[in-house]
Amino acid sequence: MVALAVADPITFPAVGASLDVEHISHAFDIDGNVLPVLDDVNFNVKPGEFIALLGPSGCGKSTLLRLVAGLEPPRSGVLLEDGEPVTGPFPSRVVVFQDPTLFPWRNVWDNVALGLEAQGILKSQLHRVDAAIDLVGLTGFRKAYPHQLSGGMAQRVALARALVNDPRILILDEPLGKLDSLTRITMQAELVALWQRKGFTTLLVTHDVEEALFLANRVIVFSDRPARITADIAVDRPYPRHRGDPRLAELRRNILGLLGLDATW
Amino acid sequence: MSTYSESRAVALPQSAEEGAAFAGRRLSFPASFLVNGTAVLASIAWVGFGLSCLWWADLADWPRTHPLAVAAFVIAGGILAATLGANWLGRFGPALQQRAPWLLALGLFLTLWEVATAKFAWLPLPFFPPPQAIIEVYTDDLPKLLDSVFASIKLQLGGYAIGAAVGFLTGVSIGWSRNVGYWVHPVLRFIGPLPATAWLPFAFFTFPSSWSASTFLIALATGFPVTVLTWSGVASVNNAYYDVARTLGAKPSFLVLKVAIPAALPHVFVGLFMGLGASFAVLVVAEMIGVKAGLGWYLQWAQGWAAYSNMYAALIVMSLLCSGAITLLFRTRDRLLVWQKGVVKW
Repeated sequence: MVALAVADPITFPAVGASLDVEHISHAFDIDGNVLPVLDDVNFNVKPGEFIALLGPSGCGKSTLLRLVAGLEPPRSGVLLEDGEPVTGPFPSRVVVFQDPTLFPWRNVWDNVALGLEAQGILKSQLHRVDAAIDLVGLTGFRKAYPHQLSGGMAQRVALARALVNDPRILILDEPLGKLDSLTRITMQAELVALWQRKGFTTLLVTHDVEEALFLANRVIVFSDRPARITADIAVDRPYPRHRGDPRLAELRRNILGLLGLDATW
Repeated sequence: MSTYSESRAVALPQSAEEGAAFAGRRLSFPASFLVNGTAVLASIAWVGFGLSCLWWADLADWPRTHPLAVAAFVIAGGILAATLGANWLGRFGPALQQRAPWLLALGLFLTLWEVATAKFAWLPLPFFPPPQAIIEVYTDDLPKLLDSVFASIKLQLGGYAIGAAVGFLTGVSIGWSRNVGYWVHPVLRFIGPLPATAWLPFAFFTFPSSWSASTFLIALATGFPVTVLTWSGVASVNNAYYDVARTLGAKPSFLVLKVAIPAALPHVFVGLFMGLGASFAVLVVAEMIGVKAGLGWYLQWAQGWAAYSNMYAALIVMSLLCSGAITLLFRTRDRLLVWQKGVVKW
């Protein structure tokens, strides 16, 4: 892997992992009351697939991502990455959150280097940091501090900070949710390009039906809390996709119907 | 933050002359006199100060009156020369112009002080010495004053360093570990708010020397605010930072050293600042009561001998030292926290 990376520092040798979500249920204790958030969620992701998770606000999609990332153990059920159970956080599964959560005391370069530094391999892998920064188009901003960046640039840094670890599963928790609509459209296209180039498995939580259809191979629709899967829809259109595609419009209508919003059509 | 003030300096003309230069025209002589008027007035005020020293006879015997007058004339000449030659002085010219109102005020104040004390004694004399009496202290009692300064700095540095280090480590431990917090927090709540000076009688007979007792008291005064603010800084770190670091493969030691501590640093510096203020108070009291050295002791000694000019001289030195220490702390902070937006300028 290292040899490959040296030979071509732009291409990361990441290959997507499969993910099996088996009978996952989860709940929170809030002031002594048990609040169920996930109810027997079951689905399988093939290596390199791009999955979008759609559902009403607060239904528990983000909680599912935290479980996949290994930040919390589920109450019941198993998560398997390439057949191996997930027991804790690991840099093969990296999360990009809705807020960029860059460390304000580190400049762009040091923020992107965070993962390699935490794993103790930064000294021998400096070129990967530069390559990741180039990849998201921030070559001139290595020394900039987070407070000097726009929202879109900050989110690009967060993306580079994730990609520098060569994740096998990239977990995106509404990463474009707080960006303005023009930046969002640009970054959606960039995400597709990155995903096609790297081949990592992607799990994207979003509220935006159009975004889900523009990006994903499959859209999994969740019910209100506690979240259950109500539909698993294959988006059978080639990339690059066009926002005006009548097939996508049809799928959009179906999904809005599943979410109980068909009255808007 | 230095970068911001520099960019401001570039954006705005610093003086009317620079402003005119921006507008692209040269100033004629009367106009340039108007621009430099304050500096010229300041020069006149210093001449006035020198004259006030010489015009009337001193009410008592002060051997430094003449040298002081000469120094005032030299300063007046310097201000005038620097104003007329501002174009050849580079950055010093605008810097002088910016400070001209202060120089003027200072000249007027010194003149008034001179006249009110040495010449007419409008202020009762032994208690309000004239400027030349204070100059005399600096020239004639310099060795003793310097010894006191070094003693104070030594005591202050030792106590402050110990207090800051212990406070920082305690604060990080309480903020990070629930177990440490369980045991240390009640002790901190019980002992911390007690003014460090209340420990004075206890400290001076339990410690082997008055020097170690004072070090302990200064460390105590420094340690409490540093502990509390470091603790609150560590406790208020955004949990998302830990989530990010953990998903990227961070171990607990990385979370403490590279996430919790840098995130808490702005709070730590507030604690260090408050600790510095508190420790100055303890330093002076400890020197007045226990240690037979240092500026606090010098003050006490001067008061005992009714040497009021020595007292004022020591007060001025003490104020410069304390202000210098705070400046140093803020410079360090600005350097370490360049990533922060809009930190307070000292």
